[in-house]
Amino acid sequence: MNIDAKLGLDVFKLDKEPHIVIEQEVCATVCTNRACLYVCPADLYELDDEQRMTVNWEGCLECGTCMICCEPRALTWNYPRSPFGVQYRMS
Amino acid sequence: MEKVECIVVGGGLAGLSAAYGLAGAGAEVMVLERGDYSGAKNVTGGRLYVSPIRGFYPELWEEAPFERPVARELITMMGDGAHTTFELASDRLAHPPQSYTVVRARLDQWLAEKVGEKGGMVVPGMKVDELLRKEGRIVGIRAGADEIGADVVVVAEGVLRLLAEPAGLAARPVDRDHALGYKEVIELPAGVIEDRWNLNPGEGAAQLFLGSVTQGMLGGGFLYTNKESISLGVVVGMQAMKADGREIKSHELLDRWKELPQIKPLVAGGTVAEYSAHAIPEGGIAKVPRLYGDGYVLAGDAAGLSLNALVTVRGMDFAIASGYYAAQAILRARQAGDFSAAGLASYEVALRDSFVLKDLETARIYPQFMELPRLFTHYPTAVSRLFEDVFTIGPGPTPSLMKKAWKGIRRDFLNLGTLQDAWLARKL
Repeated sequence: MNIDAKLGLDVFKLDKEPHIVIEQEVCATVCTNRACLYVCPADLYELDDEQRMTVNWEGCLECGTCMICCEPRALTWNYPRSPFGVQYRMS
Repeated sequence: MEKVECIVVGGGLAGLSAAYGLAGAGAEVMVLERGDYSGAKNVTGGRLYVSPIRGFYPELWEEAPFERPVARELITMMGDGAHTTFELASDRLAHPPQSYTVVRARLDQWLAEKVGEKGGMVVPGMKVDELLRKEGRIVGIRAGADEIGADVVVVAEGVLRLLAEPAGLAARPVDRDHALGYKEVIELPAGVIEDRWNLNPGEGAAQLFLGSVTQGMLGGGFLYTNKESISLGVVVGMQAMKADGREIKSHELLDRWKELPQIKPLVAGGTVAEYSAHAIPEGGIAKVPRLYGDGYVLAGDAAGLSLNALVTVRGMDFAIASGYYAAQAILRARQAGDFSAAGLASYEVALRDSFVLKDLETARIYPQFMELPRLFTHYPTAVSRLFEDVFTIGPGPTPSLMKKAWKGIRRDFLNLGTLQDAWLARKL
């Protein structure tokens, strides 16, 4: 089962506003390890064609791992405003 | 500005436990929960140790919607193509149960209802955006455009401290002190679960896995049997993952693990129903911030109250206990009409006298011990290799049992590195 299928099992209420914003300048110039690309358990980070970091925040599990691991603090990270984001039915 | 006596930020176990105690004593309390319901944003492994908290709110635990009392404890050491499992089945684990498996959306919603029955107000769908400060004192909260004042704020916002940190109450979480935990909830019929883990009807098992599941990184796998599902997941230290995890995406650890021939039969026929993730505070006592101040107390994960002691993993019992003691301290402050730091100081005193900070103190060395490189690579493999040697009959003559065992012990457990580890382990 791939990660998209797993995320498809969860209940998400989608906001129009992103709750994670990447400071592109900091991300591109200060960060050396790009940990977000492999630490995110939902695999939401990827580089676009121009090597700019992007985040598919709609599938965010709100664990905060990317925020904690982002050394140059290139992420402005907040919980989605209510009533948005993941709503776990079990967990 | 509207004002209430007590605001609780976060309707998880710590916040609800505090609210239950406050409302039960007649205090005016409002719980603000950002999810659609309590538990909507919460993730556990999960198992709750009830023995430490049975004395708090004893009327609650008899009727709580737990999943299964844990009657079997299993620890699995994973080597290369071989697993060794130690299994404890004990009458005394389950009668009375010392721990239960839990599903948070069920447990937390039920506790929120109990708070309501006591007269507390639980407001779901209300994300707090800021703790309001005035002259160094926490005086209330802001949620969107609304400001609500309070005599005291119970900050039970969870591990990320998105409110406590900007307000200067606690440090920003850092990778070294935190782990990522994530899991799949896999549905299986109750009878299948009981057959697979050799359980009597209604009883549960907890199984922890050390070794190749995290590919040598700090962490491990876990499996808890719920009523009609299992929670199967991985915990991996953030610092270790950043340093050594580049070759594999974090979520693939679980996928690869599930495919191992030793794990596959455990989940066969199951249907994945949910996928969830959460950060876990693992800094231990050294990273617990100041627990109270003028107009506030910190409780649960926000206070860093959790303990990974390798074979026992705790947090929810600390959350409930810290909520209980927070309520007691606030009620004392309320009686004295003093919600300053001095008025709330009995909170930390009570936690220090209780199992919460005592157990964290006992485990002071654990975060350092967990960083030993051999712990998640060499030892689980070596244990499996040892037992494999002992059980193997090859072609030709077989050495005596003791000869085989000693050979393995000398090879893998008696060298400079392992003896150094043992020296540190004496403090565990």
